[in-house]
Amino acid sequence: MRYLPLSDDDRRAMLGVIGAGSVDALFRDVPPSARLDAPLDLPRHQGELAVERHMAALAAKNVVAGSVPFFVGAGAYRHHVPASVQHLIQRGEFLTAYTPYQPEISQGTLQYLFEFQTQVARLTGMDVANASMYDGSTACAEAVLMAQRITKRRKVILSGNLHPHYADVVETVTRFTREDERISRLKPAPEGGEDLAGRIDADTSCVVVQNPDFFGRISDLSALAEKVHEAGALLVVVVTEAVSLGAIRSPGEMGADIVLGEGQSIGSALNFGGPYLGLFATRQKYVRQMPGRLCGETIDAEGRRGFVLTLSTREQHIRREKATSNICTNSGLCALAFTIHMSLLGEAGLRRLARLNHANAVRLAGALEKVPGVQVLNDSFFNELTIRVSKPAAEVIEALAARRVLGGVPVSRFHQGCDDLIVLAATETNTDDDIDALAGALREVLA
Amino acid sequence: MNRQGRPTAPAAASGEAASGTWTGNRALDLQESLLFEQGGWERTGVDLPEAELADDRLGGLARTAPIGLPGLSEPEAVRHYTRLSCKNYAIDMGLFPLGSCTMKHNPRLNEKVAAMPGFADIHPLQPVSTVQGALEVMDQLSRWLSVLTGMPGVALSPKAGAHGELCGLMVIRAALEARGDARKRVLVPESAHGTNPATAALCAYDVDPIPATPDGRVDVAAMREKLGPDVAAIMLTNPNTCGLFERDIVEIAEAVHAAGAFFYCDGANFNAIVGRVRPGDLGVDAMHINLHKTFSTPHGGGGPGAGPVVFSEALAPFIPPANVVRHGGGFALREDVPHAQVGRMTAFHGQMGMFVRALTYMLSHGGDGLRQVAEDAVLNANYVRESLKDVMTPSYPGPCMHEVLFDDRFLKDTGVSTLDFAKALIDEGFHPMTMYFPLVVHGAMLVEPTETESRASLDEFIGAMRALAVAAKNGETERFAAAPRFAPIGRLDETRAARQPVLTWQPPEPKQAAE
Amino acid sequence: MSEVRYTKDHEWIRLDGEIAVVGITDYAQNALGDVVYVEVPEPGKAVTAGGEAGVVESVKAASEIYSPVTGEVVEGNEALGDDPALVNSAPMAGGWIFKVKLADPAELDGLMSEADYKAFVDGLE
Repeated sequence: MRYLPLSDDDRRAMLGVIGAGSVDALFRDVPPSARLDAPLDLPRHQGELAVERHMAALAAKNVVAGSVPFFVGAGAYRHHVPASVQHLIQRGEFLTAYTPYQPEISQGTLQYLFEFQTQVARLTGMDVANASMYDGSTACAEAVLMAQRITKRRKVILSGNLHPHYADVVETVTRFTREDERISRLKPAPEGGEDLAGRIDADTSCVVVQNPDFFGRISDLSALAEKVHEAGALLVVVVTEAVSLGAIRSPGEMGADIVLGEGQSIGSALNFGGPYLGLFATRQKYVRQMPGRLCGETIDAEGRRGFVLTLSTREQHIRREKATSNICTNSGLCALAFTIHMSLLGEAGLRRLARLNHANAVRLAGALEKVPGVQVLNDSFFNELTIRVSKPAAEVIEALAARRVLGGVPVSRFHQGCDDLIVLAATETNTDDDIDALAGALREVLA
Repeated sequence: MNRQGRPTAPAAASGEAASGTWTGNRALDLQESLLFEQGGWERTGVDLPEAELADDRLGGLARTAPIGLPGLSEPEAVRHYTRLSCKNYAIDMGLFPLGSCTMKHNPRLNEKVAAMPGFADIHPLQPVSTVQGALEVMDQLSRWLSVLTGMPGVALSPKAGAHGELCGLMVIRAALEARGDARKRVLVPESAHGTNPATAALCAYDVDPIPATPDGRVDVAAMREKLGPDVAAIMLTNPNTCGLFERDIVEIAEAVHAAGAFFYCDGANFNAIVGRVRPGDLGVDAMHINLHKTFSTPHGGGGPGAGPVVFSEALAPFIPPANVVRHGGGFALREDVPHAQVGRMTAFHGQMGMFVRALTYMLSHGGDGLRQVAEDAVLNANYVRESLKDVMTPSYPGPCMHEVLFDDRFLKDTGVSTLDFAKALIDEGFHPMTMYFPLVVHGAMLVEPTETESRASLDEFIGAMRALAVAAKNGETERFAAAPRFAPIGRLDETRAARQPVLTWQPPEPKQAAE
Repeated sequence: MSEVRYTKDHEWIRLDGEIAVVGITDYAQNALGDVVYVEVPEPGKAVTAGGEAGVVESVKAASEIYSPVTGEVVEGNEALGDDPALVNSAPMAGGWIFKVKLADPAELDGLMSEADYKAFVDGLE
């Protein structure tokens, strides 16, 4: 077995050192009733060639996004990731390192986490960011719990235009955590006009709103922020498309108290939904209520600058049942990919990338508006928009897929009663030919 | 922001004193400044065309103010991050004896397969007819996990071990509520991972600690006393965090079930028993599996992990979505859930990239190879234990399972602490063992070598540990106090970091103009 | 100023008129190590004898501060926000944690005297 270095001779010699007659003797504490005497009903070990063949056959059963005109978004976006990103994160010193609990031999990880935190804070317009969470949706649940801790209030208002899966995750996590938990989840408003401010009361801990929202609309949140703050509550802003931060005023500028997001767009592939990267940023004054790992700067005995994980008394391994969260892992390698990709882009590159995305979406909107039976709902958007179609959206998407066009996500996959809506995204990876292919296929399907 | 304590030019200021060179570099050990100290606002490593766009549709909300993100050209970026990588210890470099973390070799075939476009370049919300291969991977992985654990229900979506614990406890709570049984307490042994009590608290349970016996196991009598109609579950790690198999596990499970409670097993240490013991046969109702431990997906410097959870028959109806189901010769994804079930735990379907790696690992090993994994992991740990027991102090009698626990009795009166010992091990070329955990012994050192170490590699490690233990006993303590002396950086001032946290880079204060 | 009293949780309390000052003892700060953060209670907070009133954190540990008496917090030591090290350098003086208005001054009689506390601590070692 290629991954197991011990030979039978080694095993015999080592058992001799231990003074055990057989390896079974080492398992003697296992109750006899639970000992398996033979290997389980599973295939035997195989060489690389056979395993690769098996897995490649499974991979071949999927329609690869890059092989077709592709417009699927709704919380995960297909972007071009520079070749050097994948190369660098595959370096064994990054890939096979552990959490940097021993800072003297983990400065590589710690320094990029410090760079990552700084990039995220600047992108979101906040003071501080943590070293990442599992993904955007779980970060959203953590933000709600954090707002409840800070305000010592219970009520949570979720915008109906928050990604429905994010709202689901918040409901899952809070379902058992508060005896009198009150989640107020609004109905989706694909055409806007949602009254969030009117729902705030003296028991409101936070208002959670996404920008651009699930339907792609962009809003100025400044007035909402003021209302939220007047009531002593916090504004939690969700960003599911990190590239948008290169084009749209930051949540921090609009008055957000906690910003969380999905960072997959920068550095990570689609990966069928994971692993992704939770971004989490807040104001300086709330830093001790923040969940997750934090990397901070300090010096060594010689006065040299170095980095350590810090403020760990918030965390489960010290505070146990009193921790701010039970979270242990972060999404380190995806954070590294984000940091490298962002470093390669730089400010100029990010802005250009964001503008390219927007330009393609504008082109997409223009092409769709000309298709009979299609109505574009958005007055504003970044790289994603919602259309109303004249036939059931789920059937339209299937019919497009049959024509080898992946034309977005039917909103009925999330919300009942939204049967005629499709959310579509365009990124820098889409060509004019892709847009023409989609428009042409839609014309056929809706005819 | 607090900017105190940030030397603006660390290498130039003190490099010579510390390194004995003018640059602060020491041959292959190269100083590397932060991205923010070397990048440029206009510089970029990505060539993108200028977009053709007449009028934007951003609703008047275009971002105009500078963001503050420096860029690097590709050669600069490659060099920057390569230099940083060289400041890390990693499994690829040497034995990583971090107890409770299972730092085993990460096969590169896993990486190759995960990068196949058929897995990496597919979207979670594509029509299911276009992702049948992905759903089949999830189905096959579920089957492997189910057979290996003897438990029928599998929830794949949890993103990491602690997330899996949360899933497990929420499912237990949902099952109890479905039978109209509100319970308040969760029993957790003192030796448990910190995530266990934190998770129980997150599910609004009161945490009730169970003491350990002198031989490092759950005190069954004390547990029985705490069991009652308000106990929802017991959270137990088996093998436990002292590296020992809970001998009375079947009796514990029966008592827990008799009290109407559920048995949650923390599966962090599954590597010790995979293929030899099925947790389902022990009476476990729910157990998360860290794919990044037992099934070799890379730790990545702290994630991403993956924490699928397996469930007994009683709990399986309550697991969260999304679930893969067989449907007309193919696979479908069930995403809607009745209220009794636990709701969605994450936006999509879990850590697909890790599922692919873990399944590749399982297929490579097969049932026979996985059994050998557990046997070799246990053999290696006992070999280390036996080879060190005369110079160090194992906390409990052997045999141990996949990890061996020492305490600091052998350092008594030497002036050397567990921390010093660990830092000295860095100078000898090894990542330290887990320190000060579990909390049940003084100055704990938890050593887990894993099955992917050769006998020669174990002997080198044993040699280093013996040398250090003997040196400490002989009063040669200088090396310990100064350790690590040969790492890229010395011991860091963690008090300073925590008192005045500097969490983001800030530009240096402008220098005072010369008068 | 009256005599200082002590608890088994290593807090000290000193009555000054109607108001008592509370801090942690030298033994406690020594056991904790370098204090990096103190969560002081806000004025107006009701505390009960033996109940949690705040948290003292070192790099690797966090310990609850238990109120020695029942009453209402009238002031938290704001200086600890900038300089938590005061708890280490002057635990019985500048490193005090909060001031409390006692509900029942007789509660103090149930606490240890300096000599009792010293004997208690000696017994721990």
